[in-house]
Amino acid sequence: MSGPGLAPSPRLAPRLAHAAYLVVLLAATAAFVYPLLWLVSASLKPKSEVFDNRLIPRHVQWSNFVEVWQAGPVLRWLLNSVTVGIMAATAVTISSALVAFGFAYFRFRFRGLLFGLVLSTMMLPGAVTMIPVYLIWNRIGLVDTQVPLWGQNLFGTAFYIFLLRQFFLGVPRELFEAARVDGCGYFGLFRRIALPLCRPALVIVFVFELKASWSDLMKPLIYLQTPEYFTMPRGLKQIIDSYALSGEYHWEIAMAATLIATLPMIIAFAFAQRHILDGIATSARQG
Amino acid sequence: MGELLAPRESLGEAHGRSRASLPLPGRLAARGGRRGQSNQARETRAAWMFIAPWVVGFLVFTAGPMLASLVLSFTDYSLVGQTRGVGADNYRQLLEDPRVAQSLLNTFVYAALFVPVGTCVALGLAMLLARVGRASGFFRTAFYLPEMTPAVAAAALFLLLLNGQTGLVNTVLGWFGIDGPNWTTDPNWLKPSLAMVSLWSMGGTIVIYLAAIKNVPRQLYEAAQLDGAGPVRRFFHVTLPMISGAVFFTVITNTIAALQMFDQAYTMFYGPQQKATASDESLVFMVYLFQNAFQYFKMGYASAMAWLLFVIILLITLVQLRVGNRFVHYEGDQR
Repeated sequence: MSGPGLAPSPRLAPRLAHAAYLVVLLAATAAFVYPLLWLVSASLKPKSEVFDNRLIPRHVQWSNFVEVWQAGPVLRWLLNSVTVGIMAATAVTISSALVAFGFAYFRFRFRGLLFGLVLSTMMLPGAVTMIPVYLIWNRIGLVDTQVPLWGQNLFGTAFYIFLLRQFFLGVPRELFEAARVDGCGYFGLFRRIALPLCRPALVIVFVFELKASWSDLMKPLIYLQTPEYFTMPRGLKQIIDSYALSGEYHWEIAMAATLIATLPMIIAFAFAQRHILDGIATSARQG
Repeated sequence: MGELLAPRESLGEAHGRSRASLPLPGRLAARGGRRGQSNQARETRAAWMFIAPWVVGFLVFTAGPMLASLVLSFTDYSLVGQTRGVGADNYRQLLEDPRVAQSLLNTFVYAALFVPVGTCVALGLAMLLARVGRASGFFRTAFYLPEMTPAVAAAALFLLLLNGQTGLVNTVLGWFGIDGPNWTTDPNWLKPSLAMVSLWSMGGTIVIYLAAIKNVPRQLYEAAQLDGAGPVRRFFHVTLPMISGAVFFTVITNTIAALQMFDQAYTMFYGPQQKATASDESLVFMVYLFQNAFQYFKMGYASAMAWLLFVIILLITLVQLRVGNRFVHYEGDQR
């Protein structure tokens, strides 16, 4: 204990504080993670026990997962979601990167104005363009196909363009100049220098879009009518509606379907966890 | 793209060379030009090629549809049958439609619950995370996990967890002697239920705050401590100003997202089976807009609703920017 005010507390106090922090954090962890464990458990219970809140089911009923298969073409939906997700994420990553490089490397007339326009579209709610865009796809005859779920991604998305541009701006200009002197074309600058150096950012954009696409309910609701074309969230909504909310209360089947819709993303997250979390942190700093 | 660019570039090259036949002063100018002006033209052309996807997309999927939507909002367009111009009738109807007022109110209440509570909870957890050293990696992962859950799945799950009689949430509340409400059926508790689903999946915000807090220079804390600032004052006078940019960013994006919330409300309370029983207390604006556009096919009216939403989001964001700029501390180069 030295002078008052700035006295470093005796050893016990920080340890106690540290322990208290951990207790609060563990409680929060329980709040975040336990519902997922509850979901796994509920999906394995018989109908009468779904609400009993036991973590270990009294009776394990694997047949829920068989019945889910009969409730809808779940495997098909999963595949559809994977296809749409990969198309959406790939398209948006490539197109946004191209556009972002255009705005980052070149100096041209109206650049500021155009980039301002890019940014301002971020504030535009999707609802404003939703109906006319539907009419466009309808006119082309692509309603009730999966193309409208990813087609727009071919043209880049404002937020990703902004994000990737920030990363491209971080590449030292001398690298580009040197490559130019060595006879590298503009597309070469993009592909051989900008892209490899910003790979983490590209991964982030890809994962973000994959996650958004995997979770999206509204577009599949608008564009898909044939159950075989449904994505997983759309199919899940249908199972919930017809098996649980219709008055039959087969929540065990709805929960099995919910687990099936959730698990792939959790597994993907397990693999790319570091990448994703660090990416969010850096991308926010760029923003 | 590469094949597309290459001939363009050689075209530019040829263009530059053709000037070599000019008389001397012109040739000199052309030489200078090859490095300066024509290079500039080539660069501009390449730049436009790179941004072409966005330009096309903007015209076809943003500017055009915006215009179309504006026009539609003055008609009674309904996908089939005849379309008439109805002047400002749709907008007049917006003012009179009780479900518009109700759904707007619901949306505001939901946003007013979710955004402030979410921001505070996320800040608190991020502050704690910053203090537990290496363990923060584990917690960070755990907190983010629910965000990977599709919104439909999270909503379905919470429909059960929030069950009034036997749900897990009320069971836990019961341990503390609290008699939990009928979250999913009591009209007064529908919006808090929706906010709770969103709170569960807001790990991204925590991750952002944690990164911002870790970025605050140590010396600032040391200086504050030397000046006799306790933990509370250090939080309000060092941490909060230094991370205000991140907080501001998430508040704006979370607000915009909250005003457009759809998936959770639609999954929990709407669908073919529920139309009859659905209470308007859970009707958020986007759900009502979606119903008008794609279930009742009142596309003109729905377009007017969309423009109303746009104006509201614009106003709220502008107010937030105005207020935010007074409080947000930007460091040197970040403007």
